Amino acid sequence: MRHLLSTEDLSLANAIRILDTAEEMAAVGEREVKKLPALRGRTVVNLFFEDSTRTRISFEAAAKRLSADVINFAAKGSSVSKGESLKDTAQTLSAMGADAVVIRHWASGAPHRLADTDWIDAAVINAGDGTHEHPTQALLDAFTMRRHWARLAGTPSAGADLKGMRVAIAGDVLHSRVARSNVWLLRTLGADVTLVAPPTLLPIGVEKWPCKVSYDLDQTLAGGVDAMMMLRVQGERMNASFFPTTREYSRRWGFDDNRLRALDSLGFKDTIIMHPGPMNRGLEISSAAADSPRSTVLAQVRNGVSIRMAALYLLLSGDTREPAHHTASTHSAATNPAHATKESH
Amino acid sequence: MVLSQADIDRALTRIAHEILESNKGSQDLVLLGIPRRGYPLAVRLAAKIAAADPTVDPAAIVGQLDVTMFRDDLSHQGTRPVYPTQLPRTGIDNKVVVLIDDVLYSGRTIRAALDALIDLGRPRIVRLAVLIDRGHRELPIRADHVGKNLPTSSAEKVRVRLEETDSAGDGETGGTPVNEVVIEATA
Repeated sequence: MRHLLSTEDLSLANAIRILDTAEEMAAVGEREVKKLPALRGRTVVNLFFEDSTRTRISFEAAAKRLSADVINFAAKGSSVSKGESLKDTAQTLSAMGADAVVIRHWASGAPHRLADTDWIDAAVINAGDGTHEHPTQALLDAFTMRRHWARLAGTPSAGADLKGMRVAIAGDVLHSRVARSNVWLLRTLGADVTLVAPPTLLPIGVEKWPCKVSYDLDQTLAGGVDAMMMLRVQGERMNASFFPTTREYSRRWGFDDNRLRALDSLGFKDTIIMHPGPMNRGLEISSAAADSPRSTVLAQVRNGVSIRMAALYLLLSGDTREPAHHTASTHSAATNPAHATKESH
Repeated sequence: MVLSQADIDRALTRIAHEILESNKGSQDLVLLGIPRRGYPLAVRLAAKIAAADPTVDPAAIVGQLDVTMFRDDLSHQGTRPVYPTQLPRTGIDNKVVVLIDDVLYSGRTIRAALDALIDLGRPRIVRLAVLIDRGHRELPIRADHVGKNLPTSSAEKVRVRLEETDSAGDGETGGTPVNEVVIEATA
């Protein structure tokens, strides 16, 4: 893996590898010294063209736990507000010696642009691009689900996938990069995904996505759900009326107190309620649901640091020497395999 | 073949007794195996120590110490998988920790292990037990307990196969489980 841009092209092996590595990273948070020297001397730039609190802090915490140096770049108050292009910003960062760029951008595809051009020679991690993808969020959601699923089955979560798990994702799918990333990743991991939203908040072509689509939350819940993920209603991206009133939205597609009680009366005692945050309490999720023991909102935040540590470690720990040098060293390893294996002793 | 199953077993029995002897008993002992093959060796040693001293609960003194994140060659090799670190319930503070690995070569793994250990606590004494010492040290590190000293050329490859982690043949899965140490000459 060179970059982490999307979950659509993430293979099952790589997805499991990230989740398993995150499992080991989670243990670091419980140690006396909560720091690993793995990325000492490497520089991670958080390049945020869009507001974010938890994702940026999460990436910053992850990079610092791995001993990397972190540079935070927010478009507000930077040369971007003076009209600097993405290319110039990237080349500036490259000249400063960034080893990894964590980018959030309002334009879908910006991280791909950064990864595919020679503007910057660094690992690119997509931290959310427009309404396209947010792969680390989907990975931390899958990590949270996998731990829950493995605990129910009484098996270790390392190496496991999500086969057979029923996941419903409800809310503003149209504007949600979290929903897109989750649909692709959960399909790869073998889960059974249903999107629930008003027709106005579903993208064109959703019928071709590898998931089921429903317009009725109660019907979906009654059919059985193991993980219920509520999406944030993204007011800042809505420039048209997608639903009549917030009250109607909350009644039909929000996870309110009645639906929380319904989970109990339907006998789904192990269903978890997820939310990527930030929550609009009272709109897509009620306070009682967000604070109930079923809620994994805080576990998701915690797991986010582990997932991002895993991604940074896997992207930055490979052979970083110059390509020419690299071929020379593989050559010497071929003629002298003892050299290649010496590190394991 | 350098060591057969019986040879490995005899060497481990001797090391187990040496550990008990140098520690003057089983007081405060913790055995930490380094993944992958150090851990099964640590489990076997603990069983042998428990056989010699019935007051010892073998499961309570064994742990695994992953050193991947502490290596000095992370940016020179392909990405390495991370294995779990599991310490015994008693922790390692003020304990006599015996690090266990299969082959001692450059000493760099042990250097990483010492760093990893210090981030986890403060052992009273740290010792090192290895099944094979093949020489060619690159750091001032030596083993306290050695199964077999094996003079090698650095062009050779020492392969330890244990039934817990390996099976016969080239693949790591398939075939019958084996316990052996072989030197592979490499062209």
